[in-house]
Amino acid sequence: MSHAELSFNTRRGAVRKNIGRVFLAICIAATASGILALVVLLATVALDGVSRVSWDFLNSFPSRFPERAGIKAALYGTVWMMAFTALFAVPVGIGAAIYLEEFAPRNWLTKIIETNINNLAGVPSIIYGLLGLTVFVRVMDLGRSVMAGSLTMALLVLPIIIVASREGLRSVPPSIREAALGLGATRWQMVWVQVLPPAMPTIMTGVILALSRAIGEAAPLIMIGALTFLAFTPDDPFDQFTVLPIQVYNWISRPQAGFSDAAAAGIVVLLVVLLSMNALAILLRNHFERSRRW
Amino acid sequence: MATIATPAGSFRARRRAIIRLREAPIFLFLFACAALSIVTTVGIVLVLFEETYKFFEEVSFIDFITGTKWTPLFTSKQFGVLPLFNATLMIALGSLVLALPLGVLAAIFLSEYAPPGVRAIVKPVLEILAGIPTVVYGYFALLFIAPEILRPFGQNTAFSAASASVAMGIMILPLVASLSEDAMRAVPQSLREGAYGLGATKFEVATKVVVPGAFSGIVAAVILAASRAIGETMIVVIAAGNQPTLSWNPFDAMQAMTAYIVQVSLGDTPRNTIEYSTIFAIGALLFVATLILNIFAQWLLARFREVYD
Repeated sequence: MSHAELSFNTRRGAVRKNIGRVFLAICIAATASGILALVVLLATVALDGVSRVSWDFLNSFPSRFPERAGIKAALYGTVWMMAFTALFAVPVGIGAAIYLEEFAPRNWLTKIIETNINNLAGVPSIIYGLLGLTVFVRVMDLGRSVMAGSLTMALLVLPIIIVASREGLRSVPPSIREAALGLGATRWQMVWVQVLPPAMPTIMTGVILALSRAIGEAAPLIMIGALTFLAFTPDDPFDQFTVLPIQVYNWISRPQAGFSDAAAAGIVVLLVVLLSMNALAILLRNHFERSRRW
Repeated sequence: MATIATPAGSFRARRRAIIRLREAPIFLFLFACAALSIVTTVGIVLVLFEETYKFFEEVSFIDFITGTKWTPLFTSKQFGVLPLFNATLMIALGSLVLALPLGVLAAIFLSEYAPPGVRAIVKPVLEILAGIPTVVYGYFALLFIAPEILRPFGQNTAFSAASASVAMGIMILPLVASLSEDAMRAVPQSLREGAYGLGATKFEVATKVVVPGAFSGIVAAVILAASRAIGETMIVVIAAGNQPTLSWNPFDAMQAMTAYIVQVSLGDTPRNTIEYSTIFAIGALLFVATLILNIFAQWLLARFREVYD
């Protein structure tokens, strides 16, 4: 190789290296812009809302006067709805996962169920609202109640719980199952005593994430007619109710300036609840990943 | 089994049969849980179909998909879905214009460049964005994106397709990034090493080996994000406005399909009216559109998995 050729090659190499550096800078910028968007979003909401959060805000009903409006009804409604959503969705979701992972024969029916769950996960939440409106509110005549809302929400989050639970069950090695069966356990004894306990952390992580999705959903509940102005808290699951995101939406859509601050304060409360749930899920996962026996 | 003949054996066999019998209801319960998903799908299809059928008894399908005026709540009713469909499409495309390049570049960074420590922090932080409720994005679009970011670009109304697009772009960014990154990490290490062996730089490996190798996975990620954007409700309800105008200007206020459904259900629309049926017809259109996109994305992902497994 001549000297000139060599220096040409090193120059070309330098150019290629520089392109690489520029590209890396662009990639970092793209990643950083996502994080920046998160920071700006949280800062905007916090600046608008934190000063408005107080005990009175948490403990007052909505009002025509923005400075007196609070989220008591929405908080109670959210807690009621989440409790019943979990009551329906958690056992059914884990049950479906156990069936698919541990019992289901490999046949066309199983395949249809699996494909179907994947598709349900992608159905827009507002469609679940239309389903809930027709089936729970009208046909089953539950009215615009906590029950109707929870059942709708349970259907919405079921695919998330099923997918997470299956992942948890799959992470338990087959040798554990074989040992249990070899010692004479029945299939259900094997699942209940040997497979389910070590799979539980992953399952619970999925359940928390599913419930945090449900807490933030507004559209399906607007469809089933959860109220936006409610001056009482539900006494039983057949009472009317409202939830935090709907209260926030209601305040955003009002023209008076004071209400947008109330909306921001509502968002702060909502985000604090959500972020602590997410943190709990991450902690749970990290803790049990470290203490896993295999 | 030979042991069945002995008394102890027959006792054990009977005991086992009893246990089996006791477990039958458990099995049935578990099966019912899984089958509930089928019931849900059938329910959705029936609910949508029933009212959509009523709707198309009064409105011709051709008028529905080609009409340019949507005024079902006025006295002179017109049922052209194009203004709503166009708004949904424009807002979704706008969000992809933002999320596609940023998401894929972030995925390349996370999969090819970022040290494990950085990745372990950045990825969950980005995923927080995906967990933020959509009303919050609506608030952000209306009170920050519209006045602070888009006004200098020529938006002079409070509501616009553009501000909804930007908020939605931020929302689907982690979806694109995280699914694309999964696809890139599934590209076998040996391909990268082969390229390095031939003298490729890191940039060349990333753009000429990893991205093409993960292409169908990246496309699937983008399609799933598009489907999410089309079905998204609260952002468009809050930020895009509620006038069904057929326009190509992203700074105009528009009404997306989901926003119309919410508008009707917030009012007191009685059952058994054509207005009530419209929300199911729009819902059916939404359901079919997102279903096609999701099935296509899953098909791409399955094919992608086959190539490298």
